[in-house]
Amino acid sequence: MTTVVVQNVWKQYGDRVVIEALNFEIAPHAFVALVGPSGCGKTTFLRMLMSMEKPSQGQILVDGQPLPPEPTAERGVVFQRYSVFPHLTVLGNVILGHEFAQARFTGRLFGGARRRAIEEARRLIASVGLGEAERKYPAQLSGGMQQRLALAQALIKRPKILLLDEPFGALDPGIRGDIHQLMLKLWIETEMTVVMVTHDLPEAFRLGTRVLAFERSARAVEEPNRFGAVITHDIEVWPPKPTRKAVAGGWTERHPERDDPTGKGTGRDDSAFTKKDIVTA
Amino acid sequence: MRILNRQPDSVTRLLLPMLPFVLILAAYGFASSARLAVNPDDKLLPNLASLADAVHRFAFMADRRTGDYLMLNDTLASLTRLLSGLAISTLIAGVFGIAIGMIPYLRSLLASVLAAISLIPPLAILPIIFIVAGLGEASKITLIVIGTAPFLLRDLAMRVQELPSEEIIKAQTLGGSTWQIALRVVVPQMLPRLLDAVRLSLGSAWLFLISAEAIAAESGLGYRIFLVRRYFAMDVILPYVAWITFLAFMLDYLLRVVQRSALPWFALGRGR
Repeated sequence: MTTVVVQNVWKQYGDRVVIEALNFEIAPHAFVALVGPSGCGKTTFLRMLMSMEKPSQGQILVDGQPLPPEPTAERGVVFQRYSVFPHLTVLGNVILGHEFAQARFTGRLFGGARRRAIEEARRLIASVGLGEAERKYPAQLSGGMQQRLALAQALIKRPKILLLDEPFGALDPGIRGDIHQLMLKLWIETEMTVVMVTHDLPEAFRLGTRVLAFERSARAVEEPNRFGAVITHDIEVWPPKPTRKAVAGGWTERHPERDDPTGKGTGRDDSAFTKKDIVTA
Repeated sequence: MRILNRQPDSVTRLLLPMLPFVLILAAYGFASSARLAVNPDDKLLPNLASLADAVHRFAFMADRRTGDYLMLNDTLASLTRLLSGLAISTLIAGVFGIAIGMIPYLRSLLASVLAAISLIPPLAILPIIFIVAGLGEASKITLIVIGTAPFLLRDLAMRVQELPSEEIIKAQTLGGSTWQIALRVVVPQMLPRLLDAVRLSLGSAWLFLISAEAIAAESGLGYRIFLVRRYFAMDVILPYVAWITFLAFMLDYLLRVVQRSALPWFALGRGR
């Protein structure tokens, strides 16, 4: 269980302030969705969590320790694109994490060690629904399958924190619905904390336990660069996501077909959106 | 219909590429017979019979003095030099190009000096190479390496930097060290691009090979051409040029086949 504490984090590039005075805590096993308009600094914040960028001021603590200055295996990541390696098959992509950990010099496993790694990778590949495709290269997979692969590849390292940078932004709505369900399942089954950047509000509320809205404050129209983004809304998502036990006991999402344009679509299961839903609830 | 929308049918598509070759041969034939009609001893445009005779003498008859088959000997000597030079260049480019592309400190140390070195015209320092490395095989291979390695190296370093930064970050979040990421992520993705670059530098490699052979050698395709030039032996030069062209084409073709069969994911990514 991992707690992330953000203490007075600022980010500026030269004169331009991108993020100002962020202060918040992320509870263990939270699923935080960062939303906001383009260029509001949400991706910059995620890149700081990845150690791709350094805060100009302040610090980010993970379990009380400052973030290391470079990416580590504790923080898994899935990008919108280029998350998987084009020269490796599905299986090769997933076992790579184990190969890095167990073969310091060659980065390659052989014999029994390789068989054990493959066994674990196969379970993970099956759990993201790519069991039939294990010999294929990423170029032979659809966008949705590539993102499933990226998830499996990141999860084999059992990261404490999973960082998602608009991971499903490029997918068709129908495929997105399926992968949302998968994402929830994977999150519930593990103990990891997830931080996801998205500009899709329904996605943020469907997946997140908490939604943080970033926005640039409009305090000075004549000097917009002097003010960076702040958190304007911090929303606990209701109803709470089910626990692992509930899922083991046969829980299913109420309206999984909601995002599927070909399905009937019975309305929204979070009552925050339309009047009709509030009335019927 | 607009001409840009007209597509050749399948028979035309087969025949049309041959047309320029046929025209060139026909033009040569006419010009040759016209010159030979005026002067039967003309050496500039020999007819097909004397070309075939020269090929027969050089390729299929042992040399009276040495007992060697000259064309075979020349081909082996030239190919050995060309391939050793290219192999050394490729190795240098592979190691240093990837290191420079990956490691910012090395890049800032070496990028400018390599850019400067790559601007030195290799033929201008050929005398230095001959003085330092002697007139033997080493100097010819050195010239090919000096001529092709800087291009290969700089091209590869740029290709490494073109890799999406997401891939490198992802590899780090999977726990890879610099060495492991080089070995498992960067090198395998650079092999097909390196093969592409080698294909592009085949032309200059031949240029440097033939220049070196023309100046100082005792065998080789370039040596032979420049030797028989003294006797206006166009009947030998022309088949040799055709043969060199064919060898160059075959090398290019082989590299393409290797790339496609050994690195299938690359062709997939290119959408072929």
